[in-house]
Amino acid sequence: MSTATAPEPVVTGEDRLNLRGQTLPRWTPLAVAAGSVVLALLIYFVTPVDSEIQIVLMAAILFLIAMSAASTVVEGARRARDRFATTLVYTAFLLALIPLVAVLVSVISKGAKRLDLDFFTHSMNNIGARDAGGGIYHAIIGTVEQVVIASAIAVPFGLLVAIYLVEYGQGRISRVISFFVDVLTGLPSIIAGLFVLSFWVLALGFGFSGFAGALALVVLMIPTVVRSSEEMLKLVPNELREAGYALGVAKWRTILKVVVPTALPGIVTGVMLAVARVSGETAPVLLTVFGTNLINSNPFSGEQSSLPLYIYSQAGQPQQFAIDRAWAAALVLIIIIMLLNLIARLFAGRNRLK
Amino acid sequence: MATRIDVNGLTAYYGKFKAVADVNLTIEPKNVTAFIGPSGCGKSTVLRTLNRMHEVLPNARVEGEVLLDGEDLYGPGMDPVNVRRTVGMVFQRPNPFPTMSIRENVIAGLKLNGVRNKALLDERVEESLRGANLWEEVKDRLNRPGAGLSGGQQQRLCIARAIAVEPQVLLMDEPCSALDPISTLAIEDLITKLKSSFTIVIVTHNMQQASRVSDSTAFFSLEKTGDPGRLVEFDKTSKIFSNPTEKRTEDYVSGRFG
Repeated sequence: MSTATAPEPVVTGEDRLNLRGQTLPRWTPLAVAAGSVVLALLIYFVTPVDSEIQIVLMAAILFLIAMSAASTVVEGARRARDRFATTLVYTAFLLALIPLVAVLVSVISKGAKRLDLDFFTHSMNNIGARDAGGGIYHAIIGTVEQVVIASAIAVPFGLLVAIYLVEYGQGRISRVISFFVDVLTGLPSIIAGLFVLSFWVLALGFGFSGFAGALALVVLMIPTVVRSSEEMLKLVPNELREAGYALGVAKWRTILKVVVPTALPGIVTGVMLAVARVSGETAPVLLTVFGTNLINSNPFSGEQSSLPLYIYSQAGQPQQFAIDRAWAAALVLIIIIMLLNLIARLFAGRNRLK
Repeated sequence: MATRIDVNGLTAYYGKFKAVADVNLTIEPKNVTAFIGPSGCGKSTVLRTLNRMHEVLPNARVEGEVLLDGEDLYGPGMDPVNVRRTVGMVFQRPNPFPTMSIRENVIAGLKLNGVRNKALLDERVEESLRGANLWEEVKDRLNRPGAGLSGGQQQRLCIARAIAVEPQVLLMDEPCSALDPISTLAIEDLITKLKSSFTIVIVTHNMQQASRVSDSTAFFSLEKTGDPGRLVEFDKTSKIFSNPTEKRTEDYVSGRFG
């Protein structure tokens, strides 16, 4: 293997300082993994084991045992433990990936069927569960309007609360506000819907509307926006605030022009996550927007639809056409949320602290 | 420009803790005054009381008076924001605003206070950066982020930012402690140059630095941890370092004291 130009390292007798160690070749994990899979398949075919999941499980356990044994023999106990832990970490990573991949695969494979131009340009007007065709035009309008209105209310409100808590709040009031924000974070979304239904829709008599749905989403968004903005504002070094004050800049101006811009990428990411979360909310929208098959682009009056609501109503009908529509709408919803996340990440990356 | 500061019976607290007690001293205009002393003796605290930055920390308060050309900074009706426009400050660690370019950093104090005149701002950028001996190094990259400069350049950028608002007094809280000897030398040269237009007060742990740059020196110390710091001796720098009155000062400047 060695050539004349690259001399072998000279190892004379023993390594007196004990700095060297035996290492398994780089290809060992791959070879052991392949061997484990083959062995697991053999067991599957020979013994009365009859579940495919058990192949994976057995292969994983075999890999763990074989790798640890080989490593203990060749490399010693410390490196064997390291390899064991590494294997566990990678296994956990792969396990966590399974649901994500499974959801994506099933939604894409089942949803792509109805994903044509008609689907985006038509509503469900005059289309029953047994009919082909129909679309999500009205649902997209509803979702976009509700989420935009909810964000327009919740983001400034939440940001101001966060600024108060981090920059001004001291003592009792801020602790109380902080506590209620925590309580609100754990509020089940249907409770937010019930609250708006009983207060805004029924007691005040405004009736079902996209705006009522937006109000329910506001209740859900505020705590997320407050918490994430608060964490980001806390990360801004105090030195920057002091630098502002020392230049004779008033506190509110320092906050507006120095502190918030410095924290902005993180705040944007937090806001986008909150937007993504509420765009998929079904229960509060069901109670406050009610849902309709018709196009209603006025969010302030009359029932609207929304994507989660559309999926819910279509998936509940035992007809293939309706179920196909539900899958396609689910795919569209996932794509919209992924796009939002992507935009947020691009924005956050562009403005990162240099 | 340049202003005289009289400190009378100044005591500063952090909550219930008395950090420094009963300080009396006079800072001459267009002079460099150095504060030296062991850690925790209150020299930075005293410095921060001179432009009301002390009270920015929660529960911090001050007793006594600080007279700026005869006017008490802590008197009724004084606006801390206006005080800080007159008494600028440079901090221990360089802290340029990370979202701003070099140019924006220099004029941050003006812009945030509502100056919109572009010609004036451009003029002030060059003037301040020249004043901070930084112009030649950055004139071709004024729109690059300020945080991309080296540590020494960042500190000079912060000095340029501080002098751009045209204060009367410049406070420096260990401005060289995060810098290498060459950058330190650059800042010390700058301090000597700025002395002709500003009253300068500098806190330093480096006694050679104090003897190199300052005209007067105040030595602070404390008996033991938990006690308030006190001003031990205040005199001409040459006297403090050659023939101090107090035994403790002599021990400290000659290195016999912890």
